[in-house]
Amino acid sequence: MKLYTLEFEKPVLQLQKQLEELRAKASAEKIDLNDEINAMEKKLEETKQGIYSKLSAWQRVQISRHTKRPYFLDYVAQIFEGFTELHGDRRFGDDHAMLGGFAFFKTNGKSRKVMLIGQQKGRDVKENVKRNFGMAHPEGYRKALRLMQLAHKFNVPIITFIDTPGAYPGVQAEERHIAEAIAVNIREMSTLEVPILAVVIGEGGSGGALGIGVADRVLILENAYYSVISPEGCAAILWKDRVHAPKAAEALKMSARDLLAHKIVDDVVPEPPGGAHHDPELAAQNLKASLIKHLHALDKFSKGDLLDNRYTRYRGIGEYAES
Amino acid sequence: MAEMSTETQPTPVAPPPMPPSDQGMNLPTPPPSKVFDKPKEVSSRTRKKSIPEGLWTRCKGCGEMITNKELEDLLKVCPKCHYHLVATAKERVQWLADTGTFEEADSNLHSVDALKFKGVASYSDKLKAYARETGLQDAVLTGFCEIEAHPTGIAVMDFGFLAASMGSVVGERITRIIEKSTKKKIPVVIISASGGARMYEGMLSLMQMAKTSAALARHAKAGLPFISVLTNPTMAGVMASFASLGDVILAEPHSMIGFAGARVIRETTREELPKGFQTAEFLLERGLLDMIVHRKTMKSTLASLLEFMK
Ligand SMILES: [Zn+2]
Repeated sequence: MKLYTLEFEKPVLQLQKQLEELRAKASAEKIDLNDEINAMEKKLEETKQGIYSKLSAWQRVQISRHTKRPYFLDYVAQIFEGFTELHGDRRFGDDHAMLGGFAFFKTNGKSRKVMLIGQQKGRDVKENVKRNFGMAHPEGYRKALRLMQLAHKFNVPIITFIDTPGAYPGVQAEERHIAEAIAVNIREMSTLEVPILAVVIGEGGSGGALGIGVADRVLILENAYYSVISPEGCAAILWKDRVHAPKAAEALKMSARDLLAHKIVDDVVPEPPGGAHHDPELAAQNLKASLIKHLHALDKFSKGDLLDNRYTRYRGIGEYAES
Repeated sequence: MAEMSTETQPTPVAPPPMPPSDQGMNLPTPPPSKVFDKPKEVSSRTRKKSIPEGLWTRCKGCGEMITNKELEDLLKVCPKCHYHLVATAKERVQWLADTGTFEEADSNLHSVDALKFKGVASYSDKLKAYARETGLQDAVLTGFCEIEAHPTGIAVMDFGFLAASMGSVVGERITRIIEKSTKKKIPVVIISASGGARMYEGMLSLMQMAKTSAALARHAKAGLPFISVLTNPTMAGVMASFASLGDVILAEPHSMIGFAGARVIRETTREELPKGFQTAEFLLERGLLDMIVHRKTMKSTLASLLEFMK
């Protein structure tokens, strides 16, 4: 898989290229370049470590938007079995930016039923026309709610995968009341009597993310973000120019570790060095392990406790002074 | 090998909190009322010394010059075109609560700069400036009152305070008044106006949407009525949470109501916006609102709805 390289990764790419050339030379000319190769390998590892161990908030945003980053359906294929997609909101249409359906989840040798909900982006222009860049319309949120209520009815845990720049800001979305659709989801998710896990796998774009994001445990991949506003939008307001997005990304505390510190998320799922797209299989393995751990932890709660704990989780969020 | 460029993709942004209105408006100070114990702070609201000076205000709807005394008597509605001018939270409480019944709740909560936000200006300084200007602790006033003898939990947002954006304090005060009302088994009325979630508190702000909505779910489960009143403007995170969740949703005439701002929609989609887009009238036609209610009949409308939903 050919990956495009992010600006800050260029030194890594350069060394990789040099290493390949060195190896090619060694085999073509049948000469011993092992010392040089070893030195180059070491330098590559150090460079990777240097770059990937201290990524800025903005660099992580770029990773979270990488077009080769694993999307919802990639994780479904890697982690679950028998995904049975269900379509439509029974009101208006079927939104291809928001998907959902039953699946089996093999945990500790047992196979259990789950309801999967996720925002889906496209990898190329054609697919993105269909997926609307992962930006759902009201019918997407209403489909998600319908399926979550189905899970509630049949006592099946829900796992939602958040990956959206935001709910779609368009005329039709407004005409069909996108704000109301999100509001109703947020309220109803607080009342569903089944375990809910939400995981931010890429972009957690504001209300559009929260519309499927109210859960007992909220997880986030190491390089994903979750923010009240896009860094570009924030920069446009504060600095009157989108080029200041890196500063905004920092100020908004939208990275996984900051979100954990403010108890917005409950756990951070590690990604392969450089991001999930460098090793999608490993990324999926990590996510699977985390999902198993948290789902298992939720199993022990009664329905009443589950709802009380979920209420308490959100009730406690907010920082203010009381005089 | 191209970097993902913001030019090749629509990069939607969360609807930004709108800047507070800078339109020169020389609004009258409401008369000191026994409802409030700090009438002096209310008068600090008169900040713009722009045209017209002192005694007159120009209607933003039709340009008519109206005396401030007349405006005050008309609940700040233009007598010529019925444009509803911006109102403060305190004025609204005065218009809606039976005289002497309003008791403020949780007035001891103050916003803090939890993220140590590195912006252009300091968030703490902004908070202080808006508090001075409005006489409010934050963008919402909450409490208990009677509306034509119906005991009610009430929250009123004030657009003059940082575009009535919702941060931790707004979310907490609204949640508390909902919870207390659930406990007291009384209805909740929320008068919304907001640019959305408060950027300066990052995700703490966004989570207030979940907190307030969960509290409303419990209030609803107890069989209690919630009336949501939308005023100009009610947008983004507030509209995508409690403001959309009323058993009955009312709006003042011509209020702007929606999720994404018109500018963001135009830039993202390059779509032509239909006439009257995102106005209360547009949304009544499309089934979101129960009624559009003139300010002068708002109190009696609320009272009769509360009577029906008792
Ligand atoms: Zn007028």
